[in-house]
Amino acid sequence: MSELIIDNLAVEVGGKEILSDVSLSIRSGEVHAVMGPNGAGKSTLSNAIMGRAGYTVTSGSVTLDGIDLLALETFERAKAGLFYVMQAPTEVPGVRMADMLNASLVSAGTGITDMPAALAAEASSIGFDVALLDRSLNVDLSGGEKKRSETIQMSVLNPKIAIIDELDSGLDVDGLRTVAARVEKLTHDGLGVLVITHFPRLLAELSADKVHVLAQGRIMTTGGPELATELERTGYGAYAEAEPETKKRPEIDDPFFL
Amino acid sequence: MGVSLFDVTFPFTAARATLISDDTVRADAAEMAAGMGLPDTSAEGWRYSPVGDLDLDSLQPVTAPPTVSLPKISEYEDHLAALDVAASVTVINGFVTSVEVADGWAAKGLVVAEQPFTMPPLAEEPNFFDVLHTGFAPAGLVVSVPDGLVVDEPIVIRNHLTAQSAGFSSLTVDVANNAEVMVLEHFTSEAGCLGVPITNFVVGDRATLKHTSVQDLDPSSWQIGRILGSAGQFGVLSSGLVAFGGKYARVRTDIDLVGRGAKGELVGAYFCDGDQIIDYRTFQHHRAKDTISDLLFKGTVDDEAGSVYTGMIHIHPDGAGSNAFQTNRNIKLGEQAWAWSVPNLQIENNEVRCSHASTVSPVDPDQRFYLHSRGVPPTVADRLIVAGFFEEALKRVPIQPAAEMARALISAKLDQRLGIK
Repeated sequence: MSELIIDNLAVEVGGKEILSDVSLSIRSGEVHAVMGPNGAGKSTLSNAIMGRAGYTVTSGSVTLDGIDLLALETFERAKAGLFYVMQAPTEVPGVRMADMLNASLVSAGTGITDMPAALAAEASSIGFDVALLDRSLNVDLSGGEKKRSETIQMSVLNPKIAIIDELDSGLDVDGLRTVAARVEKLTHDGLGVLVITHFPRLLAELSADKVHVLAQGRIMTTGGPELATELERTGYGAYAEAEPETKKRPEIDDPFFL
Repeated sequence: MGVSLFDVTFPFTAARATLISDDTVRADAAEMAAGMGLPDTSAEGWRYSPVGDLDLDSLQPVTAPPTVSLPKISEYEDHLAALDVAASVTVINGFVTSVEVADGWAAKGLVVAEQPFTMPPLAEEPNFFDVLHTGFAPAGLVVSVPDGLVVDEPIVIRNHLTAQSAGFSSLTVDVANNAEVMVLEHFTSEAGCLGVPITNFVVGDRATLKHTSVQDLDPSSWQIGRILGSAGQFGVLSSGLVAFGGKYARVRTDIDLVGRGAKGELVGAYFCDGDQIIDYRTFQHHRAKDTISDLLFKGTVDDEAGSVYTGMIHIHPDGAGSNAFQTNRNIKLGEQAWAWSVPNLQIENNEVRCSHASTVSPVDPDQRFYLHSRGVPPTVADRLIVAGFFEEALKRVPIQPAAEMARALISAKLDQRLGIK
């Protein structure tokens, strides 16, 4: 049994406080959804947990099975058992998925005897064209292909806890169903999931044990799956004070607003 | 076998007296070189170079073809040894010391032979090294491909310099109409050398030349090379330069697209570390309608090393309908490393499509974060990213076994960086 504990976390970006007093804990096999409107700080939460430069933790702690993740470099957090499915995975020209995963596994002192076969099996199980495995990471992939690529990597690296940021973006309905089913199967094998989304309908495909509403940098409320159903009906209006008519610029790492 | 045309010692005052008396071109050139001195670094073409540091007095006179056997420089040469070749040539200290042409290709009319070199007309006044070459070069190598012959195996030229030597090699490749040929050059050296290789490519109508050079000189040696090339109607001239060695290694490439629809493709990949400087100058001259040129140079600089890329796309008045592209990208690994990238356009016809781009930047932090987030340690991540960065260029290297050699050399440099070797 693994447990990721986020306790009273506060995060600044560019000197501005984006998250304050965020507390969550996720155990093996659980799916937690953090939901909230654009600009609520959802992506800041995942980047801060992963240790991305520019996301400064000003107070609080994040531990995985008692290990202080905030004291570790990003790659050490991954080795400790975290995986981050990015909203917009970065293109890495000239580097193939197998090369990266091999480097990761070698550094962890493990390995896979037949990486190409393992990747091909994962790829075909979620409808990812096997021919794309030989391409540079994320280069010239559609949004949906990128999410499938992230899912293949997650399956091969076999983390304890996955943070999944906007799984639905780029995936069509069938694609989302396939990928969500793969994630759900991983949870049956013990993966704990923190899924971040602004889109309540995602949870029709990936059922959450708990739903947390993040707005204005804080967890406003926590409930069961029924909270997502309610949000689909009511929106986030109740949690955002004086939500402006015009769209607010979201946090800086949202690529659609850069 | 090469015949010694001169018996010289540096500096040039001693050399002049011993030049063959009836070779006035050589004698004049030698005299002129002695009078010129090294290029002035205040001139635009040399402003980023350390040319003033070249110690001519440290170089040994080269008076006769050496009898040494070639050293194996590295395991990567196995890529070459495994090739089926149309011809195999050895050049040592500028002298052509052996030529072997496969019987089948010789019977079809392929000529690979030693022959005096004639410098083609230059666009501007010859510089010190051009003149020095004219004064001191022994006979060079000529490759001549008859009309319509398609030579689909490479001609491999191993060009080596022994310690402290100055070598003035020459290569002329004449590809007649409708013919095709591949020329792979491999430059190596021992310590403290100067190589001045001059190359002239003449590509006929609908002819194709694929050229690639792999430069792996000793890090204490200098190279001042130049490539002049022209392509006729719908001719294709592709040249790849991969460079990893040398203290100061410079190649200037001038491509003249003289026939309608002619195409020039230039690709470069270079990695310098320590105190190396690699310096490229390129000129893409569009002198006829519908000509195409595409240039991609990618490099990495580490430690205190530097790179220079200065390039010019020149669309001449008759170049309507031309397409010209020029891209230079650099990764700066070391804090003290530096890269100058200066692309230029000169356009004298409006019906053209041109683009140029250049970047000098450290390893991309987003790419780093992505790999780190998958559990790849930082040094290994940088290694993957840098090796991957070169792939775009290496895939375009005209003779792919050279790309394999380049990958091995890049790996060796990255391993050295990580302390693996």
